[in-house]
Amino acid sequence: MTHHSSLAQNHDWTQDQAFMNDLRQQMVKFTKLQLHDEQLAEDAVQEAFIGALKNQQTFTGKAALKTWVFAILKHKIIDIIRKNKRLVTSSTLQNNDEDQIDVWDKSFDERGYWHLSERPNTWLQPEDSVASDQFWLVFETCLNALPANYSSVYMMREFIGLTTEEICQQTNTNKNSLNVLLYRARLKLRVCLQKNWFDQGA
Amino acid sequence: MINCKEVTKLLSEAQDRKLNLAEKITLKIHTSMCAGCRNFGIQMKQLKVFSSHFLDKKDPSEK
Repeated sequence: MTHHSSLAQNHDWTQDQAFMNDLRQQMVKFTKLQLHDEQLAEDAVQEAFIGALKNQQTFTGKAALKTWVFAILKHKIIDIIRKNKRLVTSSTLQNNDEDQIDVWDKSFDERGYWHLSERPNTWLQPEDSVASDQFWLVFETCLNALPANYSSVYMMREFIGLTTEEICQQTNTNKNSLNVLLYRARLKLRVCLQKNWFDQGA
Repeated sequence: MINCKEVTKLLSEAQDRKLNLAEKITLKIHTSMCAGCRNFGIQMKQLKVFSSHFLDKKDPSEK
């Protein structure tokens, strides 16, 4: 990237190597989780960076730059998902039903009440977990274990912060189906963290 | 009376939209009697916090 005179008065964060490396890593990680394809992810991030930086916008801080780059990346990812039809369609939804019955059976009895062994308890010291590298490995593994259509909508909602209305629009999903997808994603994530992290520490 | 399955679905939706008064009252009553769903509700919020931190974490292997 060449310095532009328009950037001269503000600090140019794009020249901060450590910051840019971190940002790139975060973007690649995020995109890989969304697209399940290393090469597609690298390309999308590359394009997002080029798109963001050629805009010659001045950024008032690192946070502003990061928000801007992620906003562009978000659109790139949605484009790719659309092109590749990687996202939820009603047929993939149905294909996952078997998997679903599994979670239901394990969590609730036939009347819809918690099975005793599956009843959520208190997660101890969640603040300590956040500081632990091991925890984040478990978290990422649990995310990866979700069916692709669950993790895509979950990440759009919780990582990018799209509203449910926006996700419905982007993915051609109706509101009820989306609520069910998000619910199932959370249910599965919860169980996975419970078994592989919180129960282990007890 | 709604069951735990329905309550947990509402607790998930509470992460995405504002619940209406009737829904809030239903949840209050149920969770005051059901520790499992009460904990589930707290865990839903914690899950949101974890998720908001996730992208900021560097892979340990890359340190």
